[in-house]
Formats: sequence, structure tokens, C-alpha cells
Amino acid sequence: MSVVRFLQIILCAGLLCSVGLRGQPQPKLVGRAAPEFVRSDLNGHEIDLKRYHGKVVILNFWATWCAPCQVELPEFEKWQERYGADGLEIIAISMDDGDSAVRMTVQRLHIDYPVLMGDAYLGEAYGGVLGLPVTFLIDREGKIVDKIKGETDLRQVESRVRSVLAK
Amino acid sequence: MYSIFSSKALLLLTVAALSLQVTGARGQFSDPAAGSLSATTIPPARLLQPGDLNRFLMEANSNGPLILQVGSHVMFAQAHIPRAVYAGPGSQPGGLKLLERLVASTPKNGEIVIYCGCCPWNRCPNMGPAYKKLLDLGFKNVKALYLANNFGDDWVARGYEVEKGE
Repeated sequence: MSVVRFLQIILCAGLLCSVGLRGQPQPKLVGRAAPEFVRSDLNGHEIDLKRYHGKVVILNFWATWCAPCQVELPEFEKWQERYGADGLEIIAISMDDGDSAVRMTVQRLHIDYPVLMGDAYLGEAYGGVLGLPVTFLIDREGKIVDKIKGETDLRQVESRVRSVLAK
Repeated sequence: MYSIFSSKALLLLTVAALSLQVTGARGQFSDPAAGSLSATTIPPARLLQPGDLNRFLMEANSNGPLILQVGSHVMFAQAHIPRAVYAGPGSQPGGLKLLERLVASTPKNGEIVIYCGCCPWNRCPNMGPAYKKLLDLGFKNVKALYLANNFGDDWVARGYEVEKGE
């Protein structure tokens, strides 16, 4: 390789490294295996997503400052009671910066399903959680079958959950 | 009898008023945006569209506006506008104190752009209080980045530049 060619490569590499990241459309996760994680919930119990194979999972990203999220949480609690025997499991991931408000909210809303503290790493694993609420519906094989963003008609979501549970 | 009735009524009214305060506070806590200023209180003339800010950033030299993200730190770490500084959350007293500290040495006529993108504009609990705080501090040239849905949809998904990390 000539010196000129070598220098050209170095220059190109340098230019590429100096450019800011272009925002990319969030990668499509629907149809793919749900990214695995192992985290402790607020009660110190280990939550390993792999162990939920065979169950239908609602993975809900939320935060205490998110008003639509506060509507969803108690509804999800009802679904857990209603469909738990059919194999529904709900896991909530808080994107709050600290857990004190989260604990108070969980207690106030009488949430019994696991609540974990999320972070940028987990958010990125799920395609970038850059707006709330975001909910992933994961089938019994661990595949993401739906991604629900923002305020939504929960009756439609419930209907979708029932159809996945029935499979 | 009249004086006893008045005293009892006063006592009852006081108890009722205290109850309403507690209920109101609880209600405020249960709906985070309810007790805070809505983003919709920011005058339309002070709103900046994402495309306009992105174009400006691509053309601007280092002397651009001070860009402050006044929402979630977890979201800031995932992706934020290049050169933005974390200054939130605007819905919390601690976040407003951070905001105040960060702009302490900024000239009162300096350009400041605030943004959040945590949730739909009319549900955001952070932008309204942050904007008001800056006005109260005497800043004259504050604009608010209008993210109708959230940062992911209205900035990242459009292919605009982002930085990651703290």
C-alpha cells in the first residue's frame, strides 16, 4: 500500500469519527426476539426475561412524570389479575432517574407485578425509549409481536393481548 | 346559639378545606402534569420547529444558542441534540434549581432553546415550568423546541443528528 493511500484511509477514518451520529429511525423490533435482560425489581427479586418463555409478557416502559402512564398502570394490574391464569405476565420498567417516587407511585396504585428501574442501556436495547409510554407485547416464544407507543385505546390493546394469549 | 353554630360551621369548613387540600395534593401527585404548567402555556411565537433547529445547527458555528434538555436524564443519556446540556427535570424543584445554576452566567439576552420530548406536547410536565423559570430569571430570548409527540418520533426518526451519553 502506498503512503498516499495509507494517508487517505487515515483521513477518511478521522473524518468519519468526527461526525456526530445521525439519528436513525428506531430499529424495528416487532417480529424479533425480545432483547434479554436480568434485573432486580424494586423488591430485590431477580427478573430474568428468559424465564418468561411460555408466558405472554407485557413489557411496559413508564415514568412517574408521565400522565398517560399513570392511567395504564392500574389497568395493567387488572389484566394481570384477569389473565394471569392464562399465562399473562406484566413487567414494568420505570425510566425515572431515581426510585423514591417510583416506590411511592407503585404503592399508591397497588401495583403487584414486578417493577424494575430502567436506564439508558436498557432503553437502547429496546430500540431507544425516547418517549413514553412504550409497551412491548411479547409472545410465548419470546418474540415481540407488538409495540404500542403513546396514549392508546387500552381496550384495543387488551383485545390484542387476548388474541396472543389464545395462540 | 348563633355563635355556637358559627364556631361549628367554621370548624367544619376548616376541616373540609384541609381535606380538599389533601385530596388536591394527592390528585396532583397522581397526575404529575396537573399541578405543573402545561407546555401549551408557552406562546406559539416562542416555539421552534425541529426542522428549523436542525437546519440552524447544521449551519451554525460554535456560537449557537444554549440548548437545554429539561426532561428525563435517562432519555438524555440515550440520545440528545448535539451540544445540548442536561438541565432538568423541569417538573421538579431540583431540576429547576439545576436549570438556574446552568444559566447563571448566561447573558439575559442570550439565546436559549429548551426541549424535552418525554411525551406528547400537551402532556409534558417539564417544558412549561422550565420556560416560566427562565422568564422569571429575566431571560428575554428563550425558545421552546416543539416536539409534538416525543423526541424519538419528532427528532431521531427524522434522521437529525444526535449525541449519546451523559
